[in-house]
Amino acid sequence: MTSIIVIFSLFVALTLGITVRASRRTRSAEDFYAGGRSFTPLQNGIAIGGDYMSAASFLGIAGIIALSGYDGFLYSIGFLVAWLLALLLVAGPLRNAGRFTMADALTARLRERPVRTASGISTIVVSIFYLIAQMVGAASVVSLLLDVKSDAAKIWVIVAVGALMIFYVAVGGMKGTTWVQIVKAVLLMVGAAVMCVLVLARFHFDLGELLGAAADKSGKGASFLRPGLKYGATDGWSRLDLISLGLALVLGTAGLPHILVRFYTVPTAQAARKSVNWAIAIIGVFYLMTLVLGFGAAALVGSAAIKKADPSGNSAATRLAEVLGGGHGTGGGSFMLAFIGAVAFATILAVVAGLTLTSTSSFAHDLYANVIKRGKVGGQEETKVAKWSAVVVGAAAVALSISARELNVAFLVALAFAIAASANLPAILFSLFWRRFNTRGALWGTYGGLGAAVLLVLLSPVCWGGATTTKPSTKLTPETAATCGVPVKSTAVGNATALFSCTVKAPFPLENPGLVSIPVGFVAAAIGTLTARRRPEEDQAFDELEVRTLTGAGAV
Amino acid sequence: MSSLHLSETSSPAEAPTGIAADPRIALLRRRFRGFAFPMTAAFLLWYLTYVVLCAYARDFMARAVFGHLNVALLLGLGQFATTFGIALAFSRYASRRLDPLADALRTELDGKAAR
Repeated sequence: MTSIIVIFSLFVALTLGITVRASRRTRSAEDFYAGGRSFTPLQNGIAIGGDYMSAASFLGIAGIIALSGYDGFLYSIGFLVAWLLALLLVAGPLRNAGRFTMADALTARLRERPVRTASGISTIVVSIFYLIAQMVGAASVVSLLLDVKSDAAKIWVIVAVGALMIFYVAVGGMKGTTWVQIVKAVLLMVGAAVMCVLVLARFHFDLGELLGAAADKSGKGASFLRPGLKYGATDGWSRLDLISLGLALVLGTAGLPHILVRFYTVPTAQAARKSVNWAIAIIGVFYLMTLVLGFGAAALVGSAAIKKADPSGNSAATRLAEVLGGGHGTGGGSFMLAFIGAVAFATILAVVAGLTLTSTSSFAHDLYANVIKRGKVGGQEETKVAKWSAVVVGAAAVALSISARELNVAFLVALAFAIAASANLPAILFSLFWRRFNTRGALWGTYGGLGAAVLLVLLSPVCWGGATTTKPSTKLTPETAATCGVPVKSTAVGNATALFSCTVKAPFPLENPGLVSIPVGFVAAAIGTLTARRRPEEDQAFDELEVRTLTGAGAV
Repeated sequence: MSSLHLSETSSPAEAPTGIAADPRIALLRRRFRGFAFPMTAAFLLWYLTYVVLCAYARDFMARAVFGHLNVALLLGLGQFATTFGIALAFSRYASRRLDPLADALRTELDGKAAR
């Protein structure tokens, strides 16, 4: 308990120092939004890793693997393979096309105000959803680590995380945020690597032995090492749900605004591409390590013990750390627990800072400076507005997270990926590569994809938890039965943490909207494009943009 | 709402003019798209095949290859391997076939713009 606070305080002190240092070299809008475009590909690649590897992917994936075996691995594969789309089609061209935000790249050839409004709204929605998931997750991780269960503690954690992230962003801008992400990524990689080596040492560095022990201790036997324990386990709809999830994961990354803005922090398109290569190496190795950690937790802690501590499995990595250090109550055990706990905090802080910066940029640069003030804002004034926007956006995120603290918000991460793939990706890809594409196409694609994804989630089992063949009735505890207002023996509840009702059946059977909303986004963008008049000046704007994206001539 | 009628509104595409018509731009575009587009299609197809197998071909995925290693684990690790491989192949291709041409064109164009 005390060592965790000491280690975490060291991280906070270090990052605050870095932020203050970065603030002295942050003057122009270029510095604030894009870190002066002065980072090297390696630095940016590590920072991308720090931005992307959230607590959900560290604690969450290790936890899903520890509880459901192979199906947790499916997540990490989708998260990694997705980077190829960013590498092959997006990173370089987008770097040349834009300045600070995703909207900059689109408005290079499309009509300024409507497209910037749409893309700014979509950026803020995606980032805020992701942010709420991270902050509410932070609150439950902290209560797990420090073993405090009170509601007030959760609120204080959210407020503290919020205050730190606002400070990083408002004071340090992109430079400060990037360094926080770099420090965090290094810590996370070192922490995961140490644990990985310790796990493998227990099994004589024999992967077969680890897999065998994990299957035995999971209580699921050989099926633990195969797909099907968590996803697609019931009827045909649940199998489609797995495909829908896979689609959103692989197409979402290249449309996540907080990832896209990282490409602007390096000087050239080549450097942006090289950053993605570094990111792929770092993220790939990290996910391979989570596989070892997840199976290690199943083998050494046991799936039943992990599930008992927290039904979502989030405590798998920390429990494993304790066992690896020598067990509960030993000096080594509590040190390892403290160390991994502090790494988890650092992870959350770095990710929320990146998300806050991204929504701040879209708020200040897209909506305020260019839509409301029509571009008539000086660079100094815009930086000042951006700093205040960070406070406003951060405070809003804190307020939303506090009111959502008791809800099961894990679905918001998957929803953010689905929106990114449905609303942002069509506009980005068509804008970069389709000469005929136009403003109406961008608007229909963005609003269509965004609307479809949000609407489908509102109709899904996430919100309506009634038992169906897809979501069979679950065993209720006295608490969940009370929250749902049904007797403990009731068989009407399929999802006890549903947002609106536990007993009303969902009109739309899939939890993940991607399978429908991604085609809706692309088709809407295509129909919008083809129904609008083709204008020669728009073709010309594309030709100019293409010369810029291909060669970098005239890029900032 | 006459703009909703395709036949009335689609005027023929204008041919590129100026620097956009330069054959070297066309060459660069061809080289970039010739690698990036098929490779994107290939990795997406391979990934989706894998996900579909996970959802629908569970007996096949459960087959043991050796020891505890089954087809599902092997294909999953295969996704990692191809991701690393494609990233490496693209960076080699880009530094050999794209970057020199792009750099030459950028120097020329930025020089013209400065004058």
